[in-house]
Amino acid sequence: MGSVLTVKNINVYYGAIHAIKGISFDVNKGEIVTLIGANGAGKSTTLHTISGLLRSKTGDIEFLGSSIARTPAHKIVSLGISHVPEGRRIFQGLTVEDNLQMGAFVTKPDRIARNLEYVYEQFPRLKERAKQVAGTLSGGEQQMLAMGRGLMSDPRLLMLDEPSMGLAPILVDQIFEIIHNLHKAGTTILLVEQNAQMALSIADRAYVLETGKIALEGSAEELMGNEQVQKAYLGE
Amino acid sequence: MADKIKKSINAKRLKGAVRNNQYRKEAIISYGILVIGFILLQLGASAGLIGRNLQGQFVPICVYMSLAIALNLVVGLSGELSLGHAGFMAIGVFTGIIVTRILESSVTADWLRLIIALIASAVVTSIAGFIIGIPILGLRGDYLAIVTLAFGEIVRNLMNVLYFGLDKNGKLHFAFNHTIEEVDTSGRIITGAIGATGVHKTASFASATLLTAFTLFVVLNLKNSKQGRAIMSIRDNRIAGESIGLNVRKYKLMAFVMSAALAGMAGCMFGQNYSTMAPAKFNVNTSVLILVFVVLGGIGNIWGGMIAAALLTVLPEALRQFADYRMLTYAIVLIVVMICTYNPAIKARISGIVKKLKPKKKKHGKDKTGKEAA
Ligand SMILES: Nc1ncnc2c1ncn2[C@@H]1O[C@H](COP(=O)(O)OP(=O)(O)O)[C@@H](O)[C@H]1O
Ligand SMILES: [Mg+2]
Repeated sequence: MGSVLTVKNINVYYGAIHAIKGISFDVNKGEIVTLIGANGAGKSTTLHTISGLLRSKTGDIEFLGSSIARTPAHKIVSLGISHVPEGRRIFQGLTVEDNLQMGAFVTKPDRIARNLEYVYEQFPRLKERAKQVAGTLSGGEQQMLAMGRGLMSDPRLLMLDEPSMGLAPILVDQIFEIIHNLHKAGTTILLVEQNAQMALSIADRAYVLETGKIALEGSAEELMGNEQVQKAYLGE
Repeated sequence: MADKIKKSINAKRLKGAVRNNQYRKEAIISYGILVIGFILLQLGASAGLIGRNLQGQFVPICVYMSLAIALNLVVGLSGELSLGHAGFMAIGVFTGIIVTRILESSVTADWLRLIIALIASAVVTSIAGFIIGIPILGLRGDYLAIVTLAFGEIVRNLMNVLYFGLDKNGKLHFAFNHTIEEVDTSGRIITGAIGATGVHKTASFASATLLTAFTLFVVLNLKNSKQGRAIMSIRDNRIAGESIGLNVRKYKLMAFVMSAALAGMAGCMFGQNYSTMAPAKFNVNTSVLILVFVVLGGIGNIWGGMIAAALLTVLPEALRQFADYRMLTYAIVLIVVMICTYNPAIKARISGIVKKLKPKKKKHGKDKTGKEAA
């Protein structure tokens, strides 16, 4: 199992605010790795740094063996990292299918039809709504669309930022089932969640982030059984 | 201000139907307005139904339509506010005048000189757009509006002290802030605040209409292209645009530079329609006027902007009978139209009535999706 992503000692600032304080972690091929932590712990900031929207002052980020720490954001997508940002960032005015097509902006034209078919397979609901304007979709459908769009660029690593945020429990189950299916199909996933219970239930390994630092790490099972984690994140 | 405009863009997009049909419809309406307008005005003029004053407005109408289309590229497609388009227009005007004057002896055909001048104006204004676009497109919303406004003023003030002329040997001279000794009165092209004088006019209603058609062609094609969709996607959701690998700066700059070039060409045509042209014309009022065309026509609505440009260019002439109250009437007309098309309360009332008229079936569908979202 080769390493897909290696994050080494990154420090990220918003002006004077020191948001990420020297964290390191890695994601191996075919794994689901989850970053869990409370609101404001720095989970989104970490993903933004990997996708090139923010820069680390120190350390390095390696993707498939080469450094991407200085690569511009739009090139990182074509290298194979797909970032599904938090808050269901879809193109409201475009139809579902056009949103998916936009997701393939950097994809080789001959793969687009295949990818579209694959996304529709994973998200049958999106196929039903293909011609609907995306802004009129329900919250859960918008999240599916954002994830589907992320899959259109043939990602070698899919980064999901709080896909369950603000969804009803039944929809959360659906979304996690889809993530599980993607994992089974071989997609490598870095999952950011506040819903630690759900995240740990499908992940291979996990890192617990607290105010910009990694407080704990281990296999998902280990952390599930960890007293500290249970107290702080699992509400037991 | 920028936020409000963005919201109304999103509201409009939500109503959008299937994309390709919409583009086809837009193209047919836009070109239709241009062709029918041209034929009607041409027939009206030759039949003697249209007065000389109004005939004098034919070229400006086309120019302002082009400017409205060009600005829509920035305001409508790219979702940024520019208050500096009079600056690009001015650069186009004076580039065009200088180029046609230099070529006067070597290129005898008016139309050819006009085409060369248009190309030169496009080149110069796109360079200007590129130079100011690079640092400012990182700014957003109101900041961009302020900086572009300043740009327009800087251009006008530079034009105010610019001297250009040909000496007896046909050599080109230019200077800032003082007259040029080698150039006698007949060789002067641009004279500071007086501006350009003795311009040999090369514009015509037909060529101005063709320029508008060209502007339409460029903008509609961009809108319907992969690049155009990238530009509009970034406008709709910048973060999502970044997340799918769009180079935000590149596409914003592309829209801005193309818009600047088209505005420069429109300016060139404008300058070729008068024998004199003073820089004072290209102040903030003119930039705002172009923005008013775009806003009044519905942001992002290409043909709406064209109609607004045509009507608001003709209106001051038509209101001449009100004499002193002309500009007051003009302002009142503007305000009333704005309120009717943009006031959310009035809009909500209208859409409320429309909803009542719709069959109940749709409401059920909505409830279902609403529950799922909760
Ligand atoms: N744009 C920003 N400007 C300044 N501070 C920010 C910004 N975005 C996030 N932060 C701060 O950085 C820290 C980490 O935020 P974030 O990564 O969004 O947390 P999480 O995703 O874990 O909820 C928080 O303290 C937050 O207030
Ligand atoms: Mg977050």
